Order: sequence, then structure tokens, then C-alpha cells
Amino acid sequence: MEIRTIITGILLLLGCFIIVVASIGIVRFPDFYSRMHPAGKSDTLGQLLVLSGLMVYEGFSLVSIKLLIIIIFIFIANPTATHALAKAAYAAGLKPWKREEGENK
Amino acid sequence: MFEIAASVIVFGAVLVLYRAIKGPRVYDRVLAVNAIGTKTVVLLALTGFIYERPHFLDIALVYALINFIATIAFLKYLETGGLD
Repeated sequence: MEIRTIITGILLLLGCFIIVVASIGIVRFPDFYSRMHPAGKSDTLGQLLVLSGLMVYEGFSLVSIKLLIIIIFIFIANPTATHALAKAAYAAGLKPWKREEGENK
Repeated sequence: MFEIAASVIVFGAVLVLYRAIKGPRVYDRVLAVNAIGTKTVVLLALTGFIYERPHFLDIALVYALINFIATIAFLKYLETGGLD
């Protein structure tokens, strides 16, 4: 097996793992502000790893340049969108979650 | 290899869809739809590699732009009640 295919497989595996973990986090976290943590950071990292794997598979060409442009754009845009979301929610008066008295979880 | 990765990403998108449907507030829904959009960009790039058609990457790039603009526009609409 070629070494490039192996590196691609490892990067795809890591990226898919992180994307699934981020999805579970978005479903499971108790509060809007904590849900933004997987949506803003882990999702960005997951797409970076998957698209880097595709870049390694392709080699240097126009296709990998396009992939690089997509990576850079999402790397800037996704945290910006999450930040705007947090600002809008805070301005609308959404309170952060606190543990209830006597709740043991 | 690419097919397996694409199925795993679709599984993640279905998980997030639960939050988009159930989410107690509108902000949760916007967050979930934004996350699904990011996964869709990755899925489009993977589709281009599965069918060996690199033109899918252009679609992925445009989808990333539209996803970002849609989120910002929707938030502005929520905050100010208009898009002027």
C-alpha cells in the first residue's frame, strides 16, 4: 500500500472521529453556551483534518489549492459565525446554565 | 475509504439534526443548522473524490460561503427584526 494512502486514511479516521464527537457534544450538552464549544471548535478541527486528508491523497494540483481555500475559509468563518451567535444570544438575554441546588449529576 | 468517511459524516449530521428539531430555543436551531452546513461542505468534497469529479469542490466552496452568509443574515434578522 502506498504511504500517501495510509496517511490519508489516518487523517480521515481522526477527522471523522472528531466530527462524530462534536455531534454528540451538540446533542448532549445541557445549555446553549456549552453547546457552542463543540460547534465552534471541534467541527472546525474535524473538517480541517478530513480536507487535509483529501489534500494529501490528491497531491499538489489545482484541486488541492481549492481544498486549501475551503479549509482557510471555514477556519475563519465558522468561529466567526459562532461568535456572532453567542453575541446575539447574550444580547437577547439568554442566561448561562447553572447547576440546580441539590442536583447530583 | 471515502465512502466510509462519508457515511460517518452523514451519521454525525443526523445526530445534529435531533438538536435542530428539538432545540429549546431558536439559537440552538441556528447553531445546529450551521454545524450541519459545515458537515455538508466536507461531504461535498468527499463526494467529488468518490465519483472522481473535482467540480464538486467548487460547489463545496460556494456552499461554505452561502452557509456563513445565511447564518449571519439570520442572526441580524433576529437581532434587529429586519435586514435593511
